[in-house]
Amino acid sequence: MKASRILSRIYIWVLLIVLYAPIVFIAVFSFTEAKSLGNWTGFSLDLYKNLFTGSMQNSSGLLSAVKNTLLIALIASTVATFLGTLAAVGVSRLKPRNRQVMSFLNNIPMINPDIITGVSLFLLFVFLHILQGYTTVVLAHITFCTPYVVLNVMPKLSQLNPNIYEAALDLGATPMQALRKVLVPALRPGMISGFILSFTMSLDDFAVTFFTRGTIGLDTLSTYIYADARKGGLTPELKPLMTIIFLVILVVLLIINTRKPKTTQQ
Amino acid sequence: MNKRSTWALPYFIFLVLFVVLPLVLVVIYSFQDNSGHFTLANIGKFFSDKDSLATFALSIEVALENTALCILIGYPAAYILADKNLNRSAVTVVLFILPMWVNALMRTLATAELFTMAGVALGKGTLLFGMCYDYLPFMIYPIYNQLNKMDKSYAEAAQDLGATPGEVFRKVTLPLSMPGVWSGVMMVFMPTVSTFAISEFLTNNKIKLFGTIIQENINNSMWNYGAALSLIMLVIIGITTFLQGSDSQEDAVGGTV
Repeated sequence: MKASRILSRIYIWVLLIVLYAPIVFIAVFSFTEAKSLGNWTGFSLDLYKNLFTGSMQNSSGLLSAVKNTLLIALIASTVATFLGTLAAVGVSRLKPRNRQVMSFLNNIPMINPDIITGVSLFLLFVFLHILQGYTTVVLAHITFCTPYVVLNVMPKLSQLNPNIYEAALDLGATPMQALRKVLVPALRPGMISGFILSFTMSLDDFAVTFFTRGTIGLDTLSTYIYADARKGGLTPELKPLMTIIFLVILVVLLIINTRKPKTTQQ
Repeated sequence: MNKRSTWALPYFIFLVLFVVLPLVLVVIYSFQDNSGHFTLANIGKFFSDKDSLATFALSIEVALENTALCILIGYPAAYILADKNLNRSAVTVVLFILPMWVNALMRTLATAELFTMAGVALGKGTLLFGMCYDYLPFMIYPIYNQLNKMDKSYAEAAQDLGATPGEVFRKVTLPLSMPGVWSGVMMVFMPTVSTFAISEFLTNNKIKLFGTIIQENINNSMWNYGAALSLIMLVIIGITTFLQGSDSQEDAVGGTV
């Protein structure tokens, strides 16, 4: 029993070390001023300084890519959360046949690889003669985010007493009030996890953005890194940027995970 | 108007417009030439072009190997994480998902750079390693969830009835965790076939996967051929989903007996 515990611990740690090696690598080399990724030319905070003062080669490009990434993720996951929650409530009241149709349609974007979602939406925008840019990227992100919101809200709905909404109406609430004061509080945990998942996937997306951003020069962090790497030289300031992003997420996740026991006690 | 079933309507319209119509367009564009006339030339071009077929075969091969690798490495990890005797901390689970929040392209570039520093030539080996590295969390997480959901009393009952630990795993735990393995396969196999940036970075453009050809055709305005290649992927997705669907139905039936 003990041997298996030690073995499994070693296994997990070896995996984690391999999994984190590239991230640690980026973090370590963010503290040197060398241009290329694996080049150590002594300790320096210059890259951090450049990042914050904006004194680098293509600073406006990188900063606007970061801004676009965050803004697109925020808009797309907010819209997806509303659209998906509304849909989940509706779907739970549908006849079984229609519900099956909806869940089939809802599954398609989740099963499709990014490239198919990207190419098919690209063809849609070409077909409809819609100029591709910010709006099309946001629409595309809503498309692949919403199914996950629906999937996260549905279980919360099945736990809910189906008569509670009618009860609110009988007691004189308008449908809007019943939604805001009865349904949303009950569905909030599912909505939050759906939102977080959407936000994450939007942040990390590359292929869908790549195909739907058009030719107006819109860049997110992913497309910026891709273009940079294709050109040969990665903007050195990406290293401190990635390190900062990673640390922020690490801290946020640690806070969430240490706070959880308290909230369940309440 | 108070009927809540109508609340699904906006999303239904959205799905038709942004999911169904685009896929219909993929099919239409596949069977059209540049001037919009019906043709089978795009599909024919794929089946007669040795390079495309070779790339396709290689992509399937790499995807199969990567999926197998992810199961081999990911299953034990998911098993350990879900076992209360072996792992008590939820933080360890979070640690496995955390790297996904760092941009995947950046991580892949760093992996490639680490290989170069270690003197390993970029090629199929590094491609497989990097793919496995990128997709492992997508395999671990569904299996972990499935194992966590599983009713532990089944395994205990088997043990009480005299099964050895190996038999308990083979005859109870493994079959009950198969739905998790299947969703992991769905999240690893097709995305591997269709990646383009990751394979380019990890092999220094030496190895092209199917996703790269699709991307090259679309970007060079050869939309019809690009659509035809996407259609071929859609057909494979359809087949694998169908196979998975019938398999999990069997599971459900088996579970009620």
